[in-house]
Amino acid sequence: MTPPPAASPIAAPREVPASNVRALRLPLDPLLTLAVICLGICSIVTLRAATAKFVPGNPHYYVTRQTIYLVVGFVAMAALARIDYARLRHLMYGIYAALIVSILAVFALGHQTALGAQRAIEFPLFSFQASELGKVLLVLALAAFVVDRARHLQEPATTVRVLLLGCVPAVLVIVQPDLGSGLVYLAITFMVLFVAGTSWRQLTALLALAAVFATVVLVAAPAAGVHVLKPFQEERLTAFLHPSSNPQKQGYQQEESKVAIGSGQKTGRGANSTQITGNYVPEDDTDFIFAAVGEQYGFVGAALVLSLYALLIWRTLAVLTMAKDLFGSLVAGGVLAMLMFQVFVNVGMAVGIMPITGVTLPLMSYGGSSVITTLLAIGLLQSIYVQASASQAQKGRVFR
Amino acid sequence: MSTIERLKPNEPRTPVSPQLALRVAALGTFALVLFAIIFFRLWYLQILSGEQYVQQAKVNDQRVLPIPAPRGEILDRSGKAIVDSTVANAVQIIPSSLPPVVRHQAAIYQEALARAQSEYVAARAQLKGYEEELHTPHHTHAERVELHRLRHAAAHVKAVAIPPLPASATGVRGLFDRLSPVIGLSPRLIDERVISAITQLPYAPATIKTDAGREAYTVLGERRNEFPGVRQRLVSIRHYPYGEMAAQVLGHVGEVSKEELKLKAFRAVKQGTVVGQEGLEFYYDRYLRGVPGAQHVQVNAAGEPVPTALPVTEPSPGHSVRLSLDLGLEQEAERALRQGISSAQAAGKPADAGAFLAMDPRSGQILAIGSYPSFNPNIFTKPFTDSQYKSLLEGVGALTDRAVEGQYPTGSTFKPITAMAALEAGVINANEAFGGGPYITVGGQRFYNAGHANLPSVALVEALKISSDTYFFEVGERANSHGEIIQNMARRLGVGSPSEIDLPEEFPGVVPDRQWLARRNREETQCRAERHVSSCELLAEPGAPWTVGYNMQLAVGQGDLLTDPLQMAVAYSALANAYTHEGHGWVPRPHLGMEIDDSRGALVQALKFPPLRDVNLKYEYLSDVMQGIHEAASQPGGTSADVWTGWNQEQHPVFGKTGTAQHEGKEDQSWYMCYIGDRSRPIVIATTVEQGGFGAETAAPIARLIAAKWFGAAEKYVAGSSKTA
Repeated sequence: MTPPPAASPIAAPREVPASNVRALRLPLDPLLTLAVICLGICSIVTLRAATAKFVPGNPHYYVTRQTIYLVVGFVAMAALARIDYARLRHLMYGIYAALIVSILAVFALGHQTALGAQRAIEFPLFSFQASELGKVLLVLALAAFVVDRARHLQEPATTVRVLLLGCVPAVLVIVQPDLGSGLVYLAITFMVLFVAGTSWRQLTALLALAAVFATVVLVAAPAAGVHVLKPFQEERLTAFLHPSSNPQKQGYQQEESKVAIGSGQKTGRGANSTQITGNYVPEDDTDFIFAAVGEQYGFVGAALVLSLYALLIWRTLAVLTMAKDLFGSLVAGGVLAMLMFQVFVNVGMAVGIMPITGVTLPLMSYGGSSVITTLLAIGLLQSIYVQASASQAQKGRVFR
Repeated sequence: MSTIERLKPNEPRTPVSPQLALRVAALGTFALVLFAIIFFRLWYLQILSGEQYVQQAKVNDQRVLPIPAPRGEILDRSGKAIVDSTVANAVQIIPSSLPPVVRHQAAIYQEALARAQSEYVAARAQLKGYEEELHTPHHTHAERVELHRLRHAAAHVKAVAIPPLPASATGVRGLFDRLSPVIGLSPRLIDERVISAITQLPYAPATIKTDAGREAYTVLGERRNEFPGVRQRLVSIRHYPYGEMAAQVLGHVGEVSKEELKLKAFRAVKQGTVVGQEGLEFYYDRYLRGVPGAQHVQVNAAGEPVPTALPVTEPSPGHSVRLSLDLGLEQEAERALRQGISSAQAAGKPADAGAFLAMDPRSGQILAIGSYPSFNPNIFTKPFTDSQYKSLLEGVGALTDRAVEGQYPTGSTFKPITAMAALEAGVINANEAFGGGPYITVGGQRFYNAGHANLPSVALVEALKISSDTYFFEVGERANSHGEIIQNMARRLGVGSPSEIDLPEEFPGVVPDRQWLARRNREETQCRAERHVSSCELLAEPGAPWTVGYNMQLAVGQGDLLTDPLQMAVAYSALANAYTHEGHGWVPRPHLGMEIDDSRGALVQALKFPPLRDVNLKYEYLSDVMQGIHEAASQPGGTSADVWTGWNQEQHPVFGKTGTAQHEGKEDQSWYMCYIGDRSRPIVIATTVEQGGFGAETAAPIARLIAAKWFGAAEKYVAGSSKTA
């Protein structure tokens, strides 16, 4: 369905070995690295209080593990930065196959979680959430595919194909059910098209289609008695519109999260953070970790974390613009979609202005799959940065 | 590095197409807008509404567990505790240690309870609507059936069974099975208590046994690992050291019920508090209960306590109530009543119940009060079974305080009241003799003396001394044409109206008169119409007018007169007060409470019970009446004279009147009323024994034992021989 990579005129130039040698010595994006390190520290500090009572007798259980994930992820990021991301383009089919297979493997091997959701495969030391790693795989596969079709970008056929490539894993993941990751996949797909230069008309049509689809799924179909999503997903998606104090209702979680954040006031409640330590906000270690930040460190802490995300997103945008080739820009765009969607949806959910969709807060939320996936994505950004620097150094200063 | 390298700008730059630049700018703007929204939202939540959310968080995570206040003691007049509290080990289960299945059961139970309650409310409304629909008193059969069905449904909230634990909950079941032999409760009962406790207070430990005893204390203490989540707490429980003594008067305690919480008396009481349920415990509850303290407990979302050091408000103990009861006299009176009853039984009487009351006639202070049969109020301090409660309610009625709720005719003890009324109204002359023979005939009906005794015509003093029924029948007959003089005198002295004693319940009494008869007639007619029965047995002949017979029966304390030892004691006290004050007497307000002391014994408040009203009687007439009942107790031939054989009448003159109240189909009820004069400590004693025979036989000797104890005289039980009323 795609022409061979060699046919693409915009294919990355073959790197001379010298560039690799030089790239190894070139520094990572300092501000991006700083944002990553700071967010990692914020995560550990926040988790320390929020999870101290989760495992009786072992208050550091979660913190220890999260530290390990962060360190492993950081090493993986640094390693990835030293690889020329452009090489990954040629592994497109393998990557896409890996994406689909890993998601299907979850159905075959995954264990049931409390809500009957199958999201992870249990390994001896950690449980692997395929849908998390899938985000990075999807970014690479879609970017590579778009690069291959670069000459046909304005054709609706290309848009439809990209859309199909994105929707298949998204639907598979939503069925798991992991609605949050599925929506991230869709955001990535849209962003890849957006950065690639798909016409505004097609993009607008896509958005309109998405809006109609969402309305049908959430409002019209349930009213007619057809439930496309599981009822709890529907409730979660619409609960923020009508918060409830009933613990049995979905809105409760969000209400308690708001109470936690609000009660943090200017500088936080510190050790008196009852909402968090009393486990009033469910999942305050993962999806609702921003509530823990808000309650413990108040507006100051929450603003600091948000600023770090702003830094992260700004650097991603910067990397996007400096990429040496279209593939790099598309990969950066995909990562940008992933980060932006997760940050805004997650924080918006914690402060009660977004539906509960179950996405993690990148780098902050507890969990190996999420942390390592995010760091791998940032590793790709670093690689784009490094390669851009290398090609600059090779070509000399070229300004336009 | 080369200079070129050093001159390199901070960022590598690749040519960016204008299209991409536009899109990146759009993305950047979009991100900025989103950040701005989030920042404003944070500002709103944390800075603008932060205070409100702090409050919400506090409400969220704090629960107030009341710390019960030690209940005040009830003391006798000298300060000896007759009701106190002891420390017992309560076995509790911590709800958070139980698996979710238990909470699930509790949720099911709570739902069922709520359903039953709403069904009840609906049934009530339906019944009301249906009753309003049916205007006429006469209904068709179908209507009656429907009405019956609705009444049945609306009678009470349906009982809800606590759902049993599923067989799969092996952990909890095992725990309950192990616990069962240790504390002596069936596993099912433990389950039920846990569920109902969780339903009421989900975060507080569920008490499954209040007084588990030493053995359980040791076992549970030593083998803690076998009983996870089970703990023991030392709790203060009500203790009645004298057991059955004056149990009905002292009352008992219990956890406040939902209905009681709505009462004004329990306005400040919180759910779960132990309050007085009956008797003095109820009446003086607001002094006794104290102010519970509060333990603020921080809990998490699951309702599990989180260890924190929150402030504790210490409870303030309840005040003590000092009673006018004299412990020694009370104990002796209880013993005397039992002795009287057993000797009546030995004499072949089916005597099975009785009461006594001793009172200071001047102040109305009750010195001793009791009712037989009694019960042990200690059983109410622990959870008890329905069957235990039923056995109390059924049978002889141990819960009834016969001294204040007896509802008896009084027999001849009423005669002094009749005499006083007749003298004051001028119906009789004290010196006029009449009423000889075994009976008198009025309106073709014969009214016999007790035991058909053939008595001579006598004047008033003698008539009281020998208790001539025929004399008083004639007084009653004469009085009938003068209106309700006997009735009025009875009410003036306190018979047939509430005595306003400091107890939650008393029987107002019935002194039959024309108005009463008319009301009774109405009730009977109405009752027959409603229930469609031939007779409701409120009256033998409904519709019949007031006859002289009613008055004649009343004159001798028979017929429809209903009163109790308390009202009679009040009436005799009023007579005694008038007698000692040359006719200017008063009706005392009987009472048990004297003062409220704090927990260290310091006076908080003296309780005042001013007399109900003044009673002015003509001293000349009163003297005759008092002489009559004094001679009855002291002169040969007097009805109770032999009972008082050997009593120092000079020092402590006895003014006593026997009574023998007749009950259809039962042995007579024995009564004795007396006033014993003394400058510093006069006493009025009322005694009665159901199915105890003649007054002199059973009731009078009991009164003598009480009097002997009060005046420190030699105790002597002398059964009288008088066979008159």
